Amino acid sequence: MTTQIEPPLNVSLTTPTLARQFARFVRRYRLQFGIVGVLVLMWVFLIIAGPRTFLNKEIYISFADSVPYYGLMALPLTLLIIAREIDLSFGSIMAVGVMCFLSVFNATGSPILGLVACLLAGLGAGLLNGIIVVRFGIPSLIATIGMQFFWRGAVLVLTQVSSNLPLAPAVAVDPVLRELLVGRIFGVLPAQFIWMIIIAIGTWILLNRHRLGAHVYLIGDNPNSAALMGINVGQRRIMIFGIVGVAAAFAGIVTSYSVGSFFTSLGSGYLLPTLSAVFLGGTSVLGGTGTILGTFVGCFIIGAIEPGTAAIGLLGQWTQLIYGFVIVVSVGMHTLLRRGSR
Amino acid sequence: MTYRLELRNVSKSFGEVKSLQNITLHVDQNEVVGLLGDNGAGKSTLIKIITGYHQPDSGELYFNGTEVKHLTVTKARKLGVETVYQERALADQQMLWRNIFMGRELTNRFGFMDVTKMTHETNRLMLESMGFTSGAVTAESVINNFSGGEKQGVAIVRALYFKADLIVLDEPTMGLSLQETRKLIEFVKGIKRAGKSAIFIDHNVFHVYNVADRVVVLDRGTVAGEFLTKDITLSDLTEKMYRVAESGHFD
Repeated sequence: MTTQIEPPLNVSLTTPTLARQFARFVRRYRLQFGIVGVLVLMWVFLIIAGPRTFLNKEIYISFADSVPYYGLMALPLTLLIIAREIDLSFGSIMAVGVMCFLSVFNATGSPILGLVACLLAGLGAGLLNGIIVVRFGIPSLIATIGMQFFWRGAVLVLTQVSSNLPLAPAVAVDPVLRELLVGRIFGVLPAQFIWMIIIAIGTWILLNRHRLGAHVYLIGDNPNSAALMGINVGQRRIMIFGIVGVAAAFAGIVTSYSVGSFFTSLGSGYLLPTLSAVFLGGTSVLGGTGTILGTFVGCFIIGAIEPGTAAIGLLGQWTQLIYGFVIVVSVGMHTLLRRGSR
Repeated sequence: MTYRLELRNVSKSFGEVKSLQNITLHVDQNEVVGLLGDNGAGKSTLIKIITGYHQPDSGELYFNGTEVKHLTVTKARKLGVETVYQERALADQQMLWRNIFMGRELTNRFGFMDVTKMTHETNRLMLESMGFTSGAVTAESVINNFSGGEKQGVAIVRALYFKADLIVLDEPTMGLSLQETRKLIEFVKGIKRAGKSAIFIDHNVFHVYNVADRVVVLDRGTVAGEFLTKDITLSDLTEKMYRVAESGHFD
């Protein structure tokens, strides 16, 4: 016989009105509303100030072409930062992935095997990052700064070049993989944009509908609580590092196909736009909060700054100023929005 | 009759610090055991061993008479042990349902969560068992603005939901108001009435004396003594606690 245990405190609940429910909805998704609001404001401003550029479809095709180069990495990186870790080596992993693609393609003649090798290399590099952080207890910021140099150096040594050289003909002429990765859908839409949307949906599902995603939020919020409740914090962290590695390798092969050649410096300029997109999108560096939509929107805000600056007639020197302004304003907005709850 | 829980010669060290030395104690079926001891006595370490968070360096653990080696948090839960931790083990920026199901999310075979069911269950628990004095809280409310008592309520309901029958409460009255404390004491008495067992740790001898059937006193990593609460007065117990803290002996 088990009797019901009386709870310690009393209950009182009222049924909320429709207006209150709506207010609650806005409050719960206030981070997303905030960043979409910033995007809309910026977009309206750019259309008014630079109508020749921003009322023309060319600029949007250009965004769809180039934003995925770092957007494909920014989305999984969001999960890592929510988990209170960071990876600064993803730019170098891009190059590692493409280098492995080339080696295997040249040896076997199969683009599919090459692609598999590329993704596995990214996975391996990511897992290694995770193992170094978890097993040796080195803070991920420091560990991945080191790995960034290590992987870049490995690529330079293994390819025995120190300046830009075009890829082996393999990549440029293989039509099937090229079409799949960066072809023009309906003759106009770059395929990498569709890949970015697929990755966005995939990471959203992982973060919000899968147990791993739930654990990512909990680990980033309070790793002690998570461990006390039986979550394998180390294993989860290593897995997310691995996912970021795969994404970096994929972004590397997509970028290389799109550009048409492989530079050993591939990825070295992507650190700041990728991280900026994540933070600007509302993910806190302290962990525990963040959204996929925010990062997705953040990628395009970052992508629009440089052409936007030119389109509204400002000189190139203004770009840095505007980058800084947009980032500080967005992160400030998110910090303020995060205060208060219910 | 087999004990609900038994520890035999359990020891645990952290580097040079000998947290627990040869601890032997037991909890009967349907018994509330109070665990008393001064700071540093080893109470929290003992709890973390019982719940599978730490592994003992030596000694054995028996649950309902069966020895269990390599106890993990998951295994301990399956054996019916639930803990309400001193630090509450909550995630402040997360929603209520995520805290309730922390580490035990309802998923299908591939790990995809049934969020609808978890929010539904959380709402049901809020109606049936949880106490919130404001009416604006839902399963999706973030818990960071909850009061100490409300957070305690979350931790307790979490423990009860998963059908525990050995509930460990580590300093549960910490941060609670007087009224909330009184209600918590009543709740522990309710655990006993429901046929379950509990281990209740508190600094406050008065609270422990009020609810426990038996009191185990830890001092500097060892069991200094045990008393049935019906055989000792509160003032005698308090006196003995002071003496053992000062000198290591009861007399």
